[in-house]
Amino acid sequence: MSHIAITVIGHDRPGIIAETTSTLAELGVNLEDSTMTRLRGHFAMMLLCTGEVSAARVEDALAGLTADGTLQVSAREVAVEDPAVASARPYILTVHGGDRLGIVAALTRAVAGAGGNITDLTTRLSGELYVVAAEVDLPAGADEAVLTAELARIGRDLEVDVSFRPQETDVL
Amino acid sequence: MSLSAVSGWSETDLGVDGRVLEVVRAPAPVLSTPSAKVDPTDARVVQLAADLVATMRVSPGCVGLAASQVGIAQHVFCVDVVGHPKIRTTHGTFVLCNARVVEASRREKGREGCMSVPDLTGDVKRATRLAVVGQLPGSEEEVMVETDAFEARALQHEIDHCEGFLFLDRVAGAHAIYPRKTYM
Repeated sequence: MSHIAITVIGHDRPGIIAETTSTLAELGVNLEDSTMTRLRGHFAMMLLCTGEVSAARVEDALAGLTADGTLQVSAREVAVEDPAVASARPYILTVHGGDRLGIVAALTRAVAGAGGNITDLTTRLSGELYVVAAEVDLPAGADEAVLTAELARIGRDLEVDVSFRPQETDVL
Repeated sequence: MSLSAVSGWSETDLGVDGRVLEVVRAPAPVLSTPSAKVDPTDARVVQLAADLVATMRVSPGCVGLAASQVGIAQHVFCVDVVGHPKIRTTHGTFVLCNARVVEASRREKGREGCMSVPDLTGDVKRATRLAVVGQLPGSEEEVMVETDAFEARALQHEIDHCEGFLFLDRVAGAHAIYPRKTYM
C-alpha cells in the first residue's frame, strides 16, 4: 500500500475536482484527508491518498490535467504519519495590518522558538490589508506569557496587530 | 439607571443634523487605537453621534458604526439592528458613549462583517445574552441595555471598535475568515 501526496494547482475552472478524483478512483486510489480551496483565483488541492499503485503511475494518470498548461500536478510517496493529535494546549494567533514582507516569517519563528507547533494557518491579502489566522499547539512546558509578549513585540516592530489567545474548544 | 430611555431614543433627540462621513478601512491605525472616553454632553460629541447615525443610515446593510470607523478615536458608537432576520430583542436606533459590558453569557459562534474590512467576513464567538452600561449623547445619566442575539453581537462588535479591536482579532480558527460573497 502506497501513501501518496498529490498536489494540483493552477487556473480555476469547473471540473478540476471531478477530473482529479475520477482518475484516482479509476486507479483504485482512495482519497483520505484533503484540502481544496481557491487562493487568489488559483485552485489549489492537497490530497493524501492510499492505493496499490506508485506515485509515478498516479502522476502519469493525472497528466491530462496539465495538457492545456494551466494546471500543475505532482504526486509523491510519503511516509505514514500518525494522525492522532498529541496532547497540547491549542491557541489562536491572529494578525492584521498593512502588507509587508516577513510578517509570517517573524511571527512563526517566535512560535517555533517557544516550541509551538502550527497545525493550521491561512493568510488573506485584501487590498492593503494583510490578515493571518493560525492555530498553534503549545507543549505543556511552554511559557505562554513569554511567547505572548514576544509576539506583541514583533507586532509593534512590524506595525501589525497581533492577538494570541487560547482556542475555545467546542465539545458537546 | 434608566431602562426605557434607550428604547424611546431617536436621533431627532440630538437636535442637530447628521453629516455623512467617510468610513476608514483597515489597516488604518485609528482602528487599532483604544478610543478616549468622552463627555456625552459636549456639543461636539452630540454632533458626532448625529454624524454616526447619518453615516450608518446611508450605508447598505450597516447595523452599527463606531467613531473610530470615521477616523475619530472617541468612545461613541451607534447601533440599529431593526429588520435584521437574526434579532430577538431590539432597542431601535441608539448611540452610546463610554459603553462597557457588565454581563455576558451564552457565547455562540456567528458570522460578522465590517464596513472597515469590506471584503472579508469571519466567524466570531460572542455572548448572546448581554448587559451594557453607557450614556446617551447629551446626557450624563447612565443607561443599561439588556439584550440578546444579533443586537448583543452588534453591541460587542462596536464596543470592540472603541477598544481598538476588529472582528479579525476574535476569529474562531485558522479557517474562520472568508472572502465576502454578498455585498449589500
